[in-house]
Amino acid sequence: MVRTALHTLGFDEVSDVRVGRYLAVTLAGGREHAAARVTAMCERLLCNGVIEDYRFSLRDEPAAGPGE
Amino acid sequence: MSRVRFGIVVFPGTWSDRDCAHAVAQAGYEAVRLWHDDRSLDGVDCVILPGGFSYGDYLRAGAIAAHARIMTAVRSFAAAGGPVLGICNGFQVLCEAGLLPGALLRNRSLQFRCEWTHLRVEGCPTRFTAGLPADRPLRIPISHGEGRYHADPETIAGLEASGRVVLRYVDAGGAVCDAANPNGSLHGIAGVASAGGNVVGMMPHPERACELVLGSADGLGLFRAVAGAEREPVGPR
Repeated sequence: MVRTALHTLGFDEVSDVRVGRYLAVTLAGGREHAAARVTAMCERLLCNGVIEDYRFSLRDEPAAGPGE
Repeated sequence: MSRVRFGIVVFPGTWSDRDCAHAVAQAGYEAVRLWHDDRSLDGVDCVILPGGFSYGDYLRAGAIAAHARIMTAVRSFAAAGGPVLGICNGFQVLCEAGLLPGALLRNRSLQFRCEWTHLRVEGCPTRFTAGLPADRPLRIPISHGEGRYHADPETIAGLEASGRVVLRYVDAGGAVCDAANPNGSLHGIAGVASAGGNVVGMMPHPERACELVLGSADGLGLFRAVAGAEREPVGPR
């Protein structure tokens, strides 16, 4: 449906469109347990395995300096 | 025998709790409200998760409510065989909570549908559908944007084989057909039950069909069925 609308607008090169959900989750602490914790969050709440799948990547946030 | 008490759970964004309480009263029973943040079910005999937009449908319809504090008590109640009925958003909550299989997707039409449907009562007898007429469809309305029942083929086959599809959209004559399927649900599924028959989820709103002035009183049967089952406990099926 989105692809059809893009074609209507002249973006004929669009061959496929995937509509999904993007979540940005900020975690306290280090990377050590982050992957396991995020996996658990996805399994228990963020993703419904009946109708959705998920993947995630981890990125270090620069620490905020004092007074910022 | 004391009077049967229905506990109606209220989440932020629930809007059908008053209608459900009215329907319970119409059926001749007592209704109490249960707050989403409560730990106790206040000793009720039956739990209803009513319709609405709990937590604004954030993340997914029913996803946040499925983890509300009262759901711990609802899980224990259901595990002990207590009757739980999820209506519309309540059905979505039960699926998100894993108390019923499957999920409810956006309607095939991509539109919110608010209209009368006909439902065939079938499958195994459950706490809410035992004794309902099987010779004619029930006339009960729907009101939802995300009611298209979905599960993987093995799950659907298992539900069908075990008689856990308990309500199905049909035409006025009782026949399953695509035109009578308001949302594109697989197999025209309108309601499913747990293996024990004590947890039932349905997208249509029986509380909106509880007196003839509303156009139908067919919905009362579900509330009466569970109350009757309370008075005369049935064994494991």
